[in-house]
Amino acid sequence: MIRELAKGLGATFKVLFRKRETISYPEHKKPRSARFRGRHELRLYSDGTEMCIGCELCQVACPANAITVYPAENDPKNPHSPGERYAYRYEVNMLRCIFCGLCEEACPTDCLHLTQEFELANFSRDSLIYGKDRLLAIEPSEFTIPKNVYPEFLGRKAEK
Amino acid sequence: MQTLVVLLVKSLVLLLGLITAAALLTLVERKFLGYFQYRLGPNRVGPWGLFQPIADVVKAAFKEDIIPQDADRLVFRLAPVLSVFVGLGTFALIPLGPPVHIGGLTIPLSGAEPNAGILVFLAIASLSVYGVAMGGWASQSKYSLLGSLRATAQMISYELALGMALVSVILTTGTLVPAEMVAYQAQHLPLVLMQPFAFLIVFISLLAEGNRVPFDLTEAETELVGGYNTEYTGMRFAMFFLTEYVAVVVSAALMTTLFLGGWNGPFLPGLLWFVLKTALMIFVVIWIRATLPRLRYDQLMSFGWKVLLPVAALNLLATSILVVIGWIA
Repeated sequence: MIRELAKGLGATFKVLFRKRETISYPEHKKPRSARFRGRHELRLYSDGTEMCIGCELCQVACPANAITVYPAENDPKNPHSPGERYAYRYEVNMLRCIFCGLCEEACPTDCLHLTQEFELANFSRDSLIYGKDRLLAIEPSEFTIPKNVYPEFLGRKAEK
Repeated sequence: MQTLVVLLVKSLVLLLGLITAAALLTLVERKFLGYFQYRLGPNRVGPWGLFQPIADVVKAAFKEDIIPQDADRLVFRLAPVLSVFVGLGTFALIPLGPPVHIGGLTIPLSGAEPNAGILVFLAIASLSVYGVAMGGWASQSKYSLLGSLRATAQMISYELALGMALVSVILTTGTLVPAEMVAYQAQHLPLVLMQPFAFLIVFISLLAEGNRVPFDLTEAETELVGGYNTEYTGMRFAMFFLTEYVAVVVSAALMTTLFLGGWNGPFLPGLLWFVLKTALMIFVVIWIRATLPRLRYDQLMSFGWKVLLPVAALNLLATSILVVIGWIA
């Protein structure tokens, strides 16, 4: 029994001289993987056009009903996105979101992207429903508008 | 008049010193438990977390003071005060260093030097049971009652082994006064070498008296919520908490005095040697807390009565024979 006690005490004693595993958050943060699922972001093409075409596939895919999309028709003189349709209103309720990434997988244009930001705490429920203004990316991405995907859209009146 | 002034100053210094030491010990324990467990302890409140005890005291002071409705109000209030008094009282009997000579006066560095020395220490230490028993009973709650009963039984069981081991120490050194025991160790060897079994028995008994791991079943949150201090909040709880750490400091100081040679040592001043040796004992107590699992209550009681007490008795017998033969002065 004394031997076991000594072995146990020796095991704890050795730990005193080893490096501690504690990460001093917030000065240091644990590195996150490249596919880390954090805050949502609606990316832009390299020329500044929104990639989101308002197809609502993310809304359908979301298991927690966190995303709400109101689509609208593009004004041909001032289009938000290539093609006919864009997201007029896009809301993500961060309180319902479970950060599963299914919406990111469902997006057909690779517009919706989950960034590495996870420090999203806030003080009121209303402030945690992110609208399009908070979700749009700030800098354009490297994606370019794909050729031969979107036919030229001159407005509904032009078709007549 | 002079002696009165000396006494007051000494009492104040000892009191403040002990309470500061106990408060610092709460931080040191948390830091070292962390280091033993691959993590840092508290390090936010000040450099190395040094202001954490202050933060803890402020927190305790601001908490609501709850007295259960059916509690015995006088006893409920008295219990933590009694516990603190016992802790502080035992510290007064331990000499911290060689007598100091200032301005023609010879001042011994302990609060009091009664002729019966160690016996007074044992007597005051036995009072610690009252604090626990009163706290648990006055709380009028089943967890508190069971916890305090267990704690009481545990503490009185281990006092016997403690007393018997101390008797062998007394036989070896031939005196009851701790200061003379330190002097004996200066002339002969430190008692840890002459009485190793007594050292072990005293060490284990003091761990059990202080409800420290591995004997802390009575205050383990997973077992009894909080034991006798479940219903205590705020400053009263802080007093019980402080008592436990004061008990650790006093136990370490006692073991240093009796077994490690007190303030003896080359080069450095006596007080510094005392502090270093006490710190070493405190380190061992924390080391044991980081390593050992808890004893179940029946294992604890059977160890105290069936192992520790017979070993202490045999040690006493062997010591008496050696003293009679003349191997030990």
